[in-house]
Amino acid sequence: MLKAQDITVKLGRVEILHNVSFEAHPGQLTAIVGPNGSGKTTLLRAMTGDIEYSGQVTLNGRDIKTARAWELASERAVLPQATPLAFPFTVHEVVRLGLTNGVAADKAGLVLRALQRVGLAGFEGRFYQELSGGEQQRVQLARVLSQVWEPVAENTPRWLFLDEPVSALDIGHQLQVMQIAKNYADAGGGVIAVMHDLNLTAMFADSIALISEGSVLCQAAPETVLQDALLSRAYQCTVRVNTPPANGTYLLPHAASVAAE
Amino acid sequence: MSLALQDTVSQPKLAGDRTHRARQLTWLLALGLVGAMLLSLAVGASGASLWDGVFDLAMGRELSLRDSIILFEIRLPRTIMGVLVGAALAVSGAVMQGLFRNPLADPGLVGVSAGAGLGAIIAIVLGGMLPAAIQAAVGYYLVPLAAFVGSWFTTILLYQISTRKGRTSVATMLLAGIALGALTGALSGMLVYMADDAQLRKLTFWGMGSLAGATWSKVLAASPLIVIALSVSPFLARGLNGLALGEAAASHMGIPVQITKNAAILMVAGATGAAVAVSGGIGFVGLVVPHLLRLLVGPDHKYLLLNSALLGAALLLLADVISRIIISPAELPIGIVTATLGGPFFLWILLRQRGLLDM
Repeated sequence: MLKAQDITVKLGRVEILHNVSFEAHPGQLTAIVGPNGSGKTTLLRAMTGDIEYSGQVTLNGRDIKTARAWELASERAVLPQATPLAFPFTVHEVVRLGLTNGVAADKAGLVLRALQRVGLAGFEGRFYQELSGGEQQRVQLARVLSQVWEPVAENTPRWLFLDEPVSALDIGHQLQVMQIAKNYADAGGGVIAVMHDLNLTAMFADSIALISEGSVLCQAAPETVLQDALLSRAYQCTVRVNTPPANGTYLLPHAASVAAE
Repeated sequence: MSLALQDTVSQPKLAGDRTHRARQLTWLLALGLVGAMLLSLAVGASGASLWDGVFDLAMGRELSLRDSIILFEIRLPRTIMGVLVGAALAVSGAVMQGLFRNPLADPGLVGVSAGAGLGAIIAIVLGGMLPAAIQAAVGYYLVPLAAFVGSWFTTILLYQISTRKGRTSVATMLLAGIALGALTGALSGMLVYMADDAQLRKLTFWGMGSLAGATWSKVLAASPLIVIALSVSPFLARGLNGLALGEAAASHMGIPVQITKNAAILMVAGATGAAVAVSGGIGFVGLVVPHLLRLLVGPDHKYLLLNSALLGAALLLLADVISRIIISPAELPIGIVTATLGGPFFLWILLRQRGLLDM
């Protein structure tokens, strides 16, 4: 499992996260939600070792501060919000970068399968820099998937850290990408996703951490977290959770009352 | 060539996979380099007769004393130095561009060349103030030695400025490089202002760059650093590929980012320092060669670095041959040739590839 304990992050003099604790289990899609500037991405970046923090983060029982880059890379892959590339790589070459750390026997085959999974088969020869933002995001997802292709290997779960994986995508590809993440978790891997869209979160997440002003308000199952009062407090606007006739949850911010506050 | 054929059989061709083409190009460039070396040995101010000398040598016949001296004491060290300097400049450029994730980066950009230049200018202008004993001991090597020390000093200073808590900020390093470049430029300008006529003439020739002064002792002085730096570079390929996605992404992919950056900086300082020290400022090789190869076979550093070494060496030898014959029996400094050919060519690449460079 992934366990973050008493994480405090300071950027300059400002404390972004205050003693945050968070955990995620393999076999689950754990979503981190909260308003802009609440510290979602900062928490994710602390847990991937990208920024300085106090506290402890362990991944599969290993402290990430003392683990080596290649040890961590064999157990978790990270999808950033956007990845600008410096040089004219082809799509094939970008995805194969994900296999840098691995010893996959059939690298070319894995590249093709990863691209198929994100719906970009046939894009191998295109230049990454000529793709749209949404296509680039899915190429990066293919790269990240190829890095930890097996959700469980040698009895150890693999992890996907996704920073707003669907922010650049249309609704069809949003569902596709969330389904890929969900399938990964269902196969025994762990998925941690920073999410903006509460409806998608409601549909796919097994566990939700709600962050507000640098603290975790609540981490629990979706039905516990997605409550009118909690969400309204976190997002500073009136949110009403409705259940549609078919199974599933959707939420509507109650626009009329924003002016009233 | 048989190896290249085997690759064709064992590897199915995949869209977007340019490794096969990159390997083929390596063979082609190796052949081209051999051709350029032969040309460099055979062509020069003394006329085309040395084609016969090369031919005689190939057939195992004895050379005349004159031909032997021209070939082994003048042209061979010059050719070997051309290979070393060309490879060093091109690979330094490729590594620096990978490190800064900027296809326009060059050792000149972060003040390494400027530091070398300041060292050389100090030696030329103030060298006469040194005690006679030291002047006698160092002699002809004073300028190259000072250029070498200057590039090392600049690199170390730059590294100290831009590294905090073991992390190097590429942005800080670029900005510090610009500042250091301006500072060394100002110091150099002051020294040039102080220089007398004879010194100014010397400065001008050093600044334009040349392989004309190649001797065996210069080759021996430059080769250890360049050879070590070039042998380290293949180990940087994986890390530089990862860095193309950014430092965080590279680290997530399992690359020891800090070690990669340190090694790349040392490699560039060593190769550029040694190359500038023996040949002066030869521009555009480090900028044009990697750029051209990226257009041809893609930016994968696994092939880019080796191919850069081969193409850089071959192109510098060709530029040197041109500099020797174009106003024969006089010689044009090679830096003028590389700038005249490289400048417009680079502008042409920029205009053609504008879309890919806008980021």
